[in-house]
Amino acid sequence: MSVTTENGPVLSADGKPLKRSLNKALRAQKLRALALIAPLLIFVLVTFIAPIGDMLFRSVENQIVSNTLPNTVQQLQDWDAASGEAPDESVYQSLYFDLFLASEAKEHTRLGTRLNYEETGISSLFRSTGRSLDDIGEDYIDALEDLNPVWEDEAFWYALMTGGDGAAANTALLEEQRLRLAELTSDSFAGDIGFVPGQAVSDLLPETTRAYTAFALFTVVADEDVVAEEEPWEAVKIALVQDLKAGADVASYAGPGAAELAEAQALLAGQPEISFRDAFLALDEDWGKISNWSTIKTYSPPFTSGYFLNAVDMQKSPDGPEARPENQQIYGMLFQRTLFMSLMITGSCILLAYPIAYLLSNLPMRTANILMILVLLPFWTSLLVRTSAWKVMLQQQGVINDTLVWLGLVDDASRLVMINNQFGTIVAMTHILLPFMILPMYSVMSTIPQTYVRAAKSLGATNWTAFWRVYFPQSVPGIGAGSILVFILAIGYYITPEIVGGTTGTFISNRIAYHISSSLNWGLAAALGSILLVAVLVLYWAYDKIVGIDNVKLG
Amino acid sequence: MKLTKTLLATTALTVAGAAAHAQDMADSMTMVSWGGAYQTSQINAYATPYQAMHPGLEIIWDESSAEAVAKMRAMDEAGNVTWDVVDVVAADALRLCDEGLAMEIDPDVHLAPAPDGTSAEDDFGDLLVGDCFIPQIVYSTAFGYRTDMVPAGVEAPNDICDVFDLETYPGKRSLEKRPINNMEWALLCDGVAKDDVYDVLATAEGQQQALDKLATIKDDVIWWSAGADTPQLLADGEVFMGSTYNGRLFSVIEEQNQPVAMMWDAQVFDLDGWIIPANLPEDRLARALDFIYFATDTQRLADQAKWISYGPARASSAPLVGQHADLGIDMAPHMPTDPNNAQNTFLYNYEFWADYRDDIDAKFQAWLAQ
Repeated sequence: MSVTTENGPVLSADGKPLKRSLNKALRAQKLRALALIAPLLIFVLVTFIAPIGDMLFRSVENQIVSNTLPNTVQQLQDWDAASGEAPDESVYQSLYFDLFLASEAKEHTRLGTRLNYEETGISSLFRSTGRSLDDIGEDYIDALEDLNPVWEDEAFWYALMTGGDGAAANTALLEEQRLRLAELTSDSFAGDIGFVPGQAVSDLLPETTRAYTAFALFTVVADEDVVAEEEPWEAVKIALVQDLKAGADVASYAGPGAAELAEAQALLAGQPEISFRDAFLALDEDWGKISNWSTIKTYSPPFTSGYFLNAVDMQKSPDGPEARPENQQIYGMLFQRTLFMSLMITGSCILLAYPIAYLLSNLPMRTANILMILVLLPFWTSLLVRTSAWKVMLQQQGVINDTLVWLGLVDDASRLVMINNQFGTIVAMTHILLPFMILPMYSVMSTIPQTYVRAAKSLGATNWTAFWRVYFPQSVPGIGAGSILVFILAIGYYITPEIVGGTTGTFISNRIAYHISSSLNWGLAAALGSILLVAVLVLYWAYDKIVGIDNVKLG
Repeated sequence: MKLTKTLLATTALTVAGAAAHAQDMADSMTMVSWGGAYQTSQINAYATPYQAMHPGLEIIWDESSAEAVAKMRAMDEAGNVTWDVVDVVAADALRLCDEGLAMEIDPDVHLAPAPDGTSAEDDFGDLLVGDCFIPQIVYSTAFGYRTDMVPAGVEAPNDICDVFDLETYPGKRSLEKRPINNMEWALLCDGVAKDDVYDVLATAEGQQQALDKLATIKDDVIWWSAGADTPQLLADGEVFMGSTYNGRLFSVIEEQNQPVAMMWDAQVFDLDGWIIPANLPEDRLARALDFIYFATDTQRLADQAKWISYGPARASSAPLVGQHADLGIDMAPHMPTDPNNAQNTFLYNYEFWADYRDDIDAKFQAWLAQ
């Protein structure tokens, strides 16, 4: 019901342009359709796509190093591994304060585990250092406390660090440390903690105030204590020693504790500098190892290609990516093996399934149904049971070998090795995946009219020609569907190869499972998984180009 | 400061511990273990008596110990830890502790003293590995062999190096598909002194040396990954000798009466025990601590040995080990810690493997796949 005006657009009955009305109607329809699939879509997104994306993201994520040792990592930027010398004092000093905080938050061992994937020995280096960090600079702390017991007094410290009542507050520092701790522990450090560092005192003693603020936040939020009632960490006192020795202008400071500070500074003036480098080397001489430091430096950016390099048998080094030593290369070979064996399994499934599917689709319904049950029965049996059954069949003291020996075909001393190798995996997986090939083939074949073959024969074709030129081309979509199913299932299999594969019949998924559940190297597992996913997508794309995905039919 | 803090925390916990009986404890508890005969022994020795003392308590068992570390990490990331008490091997406990996923334990607060008053710390002694682990049993990885496959006129194998001697003892062997233990045995049989094994294994040459030694028998090895594999392979006559946990071999020998015997030489001691997940809600934590206090006392640990041939982790439990509950045989001679069996032993080196596990495993797997 549209009205055409002379030079305007086509209008609908209510006077609006037809195009817009149409669009509106269509949009409503689309929205309705979307609303219908929304539950499924959201379900799939939340329970499937998002977790997979999150997992795959771990293959490049590497924030733990810069979150745990932010200042150390920054100081390390100026250090050059090629110099052949361990970093200078300032790095060790940052390391002390970073590591102290990390060990209070019990995050240092996690970082140790992470870096141990790259450099053997870092795990115990971090663990043991974390235990004895309190010992560093002990003498200085003792000297301070002997000089004046107020340095052990929590209330004095609190007054010193707030700068007294009504002093200008340094909220910027507080917020900075909040963020720092939140990144370190992945917990929220928001909220009032009953402490704000004073502006004047933080200008005078920058390191001390920073360390005390971190201590205050941690005490209130993580330990749920009151700041003014807790004696500060050793690291805070060491920071004070550093500040005073660096020549803080105590004389011009008038806040609370000024007299004690001046007294302490006078005492410390007569003492040598703290050498954090010597202290760390005394704890563990591995802190002087160049390889440890260059590992920390190499893995300091928040994102890394390290996991992906590992997954293709390479590693990061100060001079860029390089191949791993030959005796550690394994993943390239495993990827090749996985692809090759999956193809073998798909091939043997096609060979075995085609005649069965053909038979099923050409027999009378009643017989076909009985045969179908025989196909489905193993399909309904537990995967583990079927795999273990193959063990019993194939092992050297197993059913097949026993029969062959009994028949005299094989000598008792030279029984066939048919399991714990590639052969075992291919046999067992072909059997397990066979139904996935038979079913799509059967459903395609049962739609091919018998009359076509009969027509071909009546026109003079031999049995073979009639099959090959007429029947087979029509059954190809079934082969395609079955092959894709079987191949994609096979490429990710790991239980069966683990049980019957021995050492030569295992897949890349076995290593992925190992890194997920045993070595906890989730980053590497994610990188291996991503590569596998991409490989499957590429193969799918190639299949689409060569065969055409439209030619695949599941029924 | 740390000391005062620990003291304060300790006092607080003692108070909490005493108050725990008065305060509400959760009335259900999820325990994680390994399944099989081992879990049965725990149900018999710990869970059933504990439930008898606390009627109305529901215990849910989860047989996930093999993947406990990965699952706890995942639960922690999801912010929903559903487990209360988790049975893990000591190496995993160390890693959970490192990851901050397990709660730190103070043995003298959380564990019962021995009946003679010895503190828990002294009673468990060196077995308290790391800060979070509560030891329960000592088990060992040892070899078993088919007695009927020993060649005629040859003495039965009694030396770890017999595993590497294919001439005198032809036949397949089953070894675990990981470097731990195998590398040590290989070096030991390649002329390295027992005290030097880990120093040698820390070097690239030493690792290669161990792999070269293993290569001499590689063609005759079936590699296992589940503890049940070797007993099965031995029972089927598929292998002549194989390594596995001693409790598994006990059940092949004594419960199933297979022609299999133990070879205890160079057995590797390892520990299994409990950890409590970090940051449990108060009522569940109170329940878990109460259970642990009960289940790791001297009598309970000794009781477990009635059902399985693993040694109790407390020194004070050893004299109380009695007879097998069903078979009625003395359990003491079947314990890995029995003096006759423990003439030459290794203790799993936790620190070493925590550091070298990834590196050596990469080499080992590459070597296996060659």
